[in-house]
Amino acid sequence: MSAFVSKYEDELIKTAKYIATPGRGILAADESTETIGKRFAGINVENTESNRQAYRELLFTSPGSYPCLSGVILFEETLYQKTSDGKPFVDLLMENGVIPGIKVDKGLVDLAGTNGETTTQGLDSLGARCQQYYEAGARFAKWRAFFKIGATEPSVLSIQEDARVLARYAIICQENGLVPIVEPEVLTGGSHDIKKCAAVTETVLAAVFKALNYHHVLLEGTLLKPNMVTPGSDSPKVAPELIAEYTVTALRRTVPPAIPGIVFLSGIQREEQATLNLNAMNKLDVLKPWTLTFSFGGALQQSAIKAWAGKPENVAKAQAKFLTRCKANKDATLGKYTGWASGDSAAFENLVVIGYSG
Amino acid sequence: MLKSAGVLPGIKVDKGTVELAGTNGETTTQGLDGLGDRCKKYYEAGARFAKWRAVLKIGVNEPSQLAIHENAYGLARYAVICQENGLVPIVEPEILVDGSHDIQKCAAVTERVLAACYKALSDHHVLLEGTLLKPNMVTPGSESAKVAPEVIAEHTVRALQRTVPAAVPAIVFLSGGQSEEEATRNLNAMNQLKTKKPWSLSFSFGRALQQSTLKTWGGKEENVKKAQEAFLVRCKANSEATLGAYKGDAKLGEGAAESLHVKDYKY
Repeated sequence: MSAFVSKYEDELIKTAKYIATPGRGILAADESTETIGKRFAGINVENTESNRQAYRELLFTSPGSYPCLSGVILFEETLYQKTSDGKPFVDLLMENGVIPGIKVDKGLVDLAGTNGETTTQGLDSLGARCQQYYEAGARFAKWRAFFKIGATEPSVLSIQEDARVLARYAIICQENGLVPIVEPEVLTGGSHDIKKCAAVTETVLAAVFKALNYHHVLLEGTLLKPNMVTPGSDSPKVAPELIAEYTVTALRRTVPPAIPGIVFLSGIQREEQATLNLNAMNKLDVLKPWTLTFSFGGALQQSAIKAWAGKPENVAKAQAKFLTRCKANKDATLGKYTGWASGDSAAFENLVVIGYSG
Repeated sequence: MLKSAGVLPGIKVDKGTVELAGTNGETTTQGLDGLGDRCKKYYEAGARFAKWRAVLKIGVNEPSQLAIHENAYGLARYAVICQENGLVPIVEPEILVDGSHDIQKCAAVTERVLAACYKALSDHHVLLEGTLLKPNMVTPGSESAKVAPEVIAEHTVRALQRTVPAAVPAIVFLSGGQSEEEATRNLNAMNQLKTKKPWSLSFSFGRALQQSTLKTWGGKEENVKKAQEAFLVRCKANSEATLGAYKGDAKLGEGAAESLHVKDYKY
């Protein structure tokens, strides 16, 4: 095999397969302290550890949400936090069939000589950190690379560098028992059309899988978190069916069948939008050898966080909003979403924050 | 005649291998010069697909990065030129069976090579939905102990799952030096395997379809009918194998169970 064999091989394969269970998906709750601060600012809530703990507890104890979720991505601080009853979040989640994961990258740095392109840092001592996270109960990890579309972007340098770094991250995770979610996000910013996004996404994904192969990454124990293929944010919108067609075509052209699941990021999409697109993909009558599901942050939380507004008396209301999105997306992973959740008020608000870097 | 019977004519377009200087007997394949014009002519003559064979070998230091890269990018240029001129390119990166390596080594090399091929095809903007792959099966080396068809099937299909995008509609195996019966049984085992296979698994056999036919014919006019019967036996057996329905009961023609391995095979 070109994949190296680690003592964690069977576990990695089992975990990746479980996360990709049809009918379940991932809650991306790994906003850094800085980013969650921005979200809290939007609802006039102070960015304290206690508020961060309270908000995450709200999400992780939402009744009825567990069957919709196979995993939650956490930020480092959250991995070590507990419920107000003193139960570690990781134990609560595991007991309820939801696997805890951990964001392990350390954000972006500019690539000198490029037009605002970036690479992602975090490889230093990553092995040791992964070991600690595994001991703390994490079983998968996430690392996000960015690619922008412009006249001369993404450059060959940014594609090669980010693909290489994603592959190094992935293999280090697997050496230490964590399933790597590989996230090569092609940003929506721009006035390009959907065909341009498709071409760039295919080029980026081809480079990523070449790098994963080169670095001996075990694909059966890996998950992909790509962008959906859409027109640029400054371009006219298109129907979910078109997004589904371009996205699934791009994936069929680049993602080897050995990958068990593809867990989409929602980026700047609104809650309902993301659900409709995911649903359209699962309805598409074409051979898809991997599960297509969600790894949504904003698109699962936007309504909930607004409803909470930092007040304990709003917890049940907020949880109900969260549950609505969970169930809607669960339906979408099965191609069965009928649009029943579209009435929610925040579902239509734009999540656009230019330069969004959660 | 072929077309009216529902059999599409294809054409070999490569011009054989040449050595890569500085390597230990590794090669690249030539044939790109004027390939576009040649494809046009072949299309006019009725061809609708083409084939180009790249050859890699397994050794202590082989295949080298150079050999993999050079052959992958040669295949990609060939493929896009074909598509520009209406021919479906069969992409054939054959890893020779010669050697004493085990099946794991063959699997590792096959995965490396196929990953490089699909990266090159992507770089060259080849339309995967309009290509076919013609790979080797994953087997132990010719000087190593044989293994069961089920083992070959498992390693082969896993290698393909790890490298071949679902957009490729079909994988048409080469038979290499396998005997007619061996090749059929291995193909059959692959199609019986219960695992993800988003592409058809079929055959593109030369020797493994023609061996007993050739022997039976022996160049004599009076043997034509018998030779055609021998050919039909192998055709039917392989047809069943593509459906995982081969029962191993094909009437073995002369030499059907003989190994067809020729060291460092060129054709």
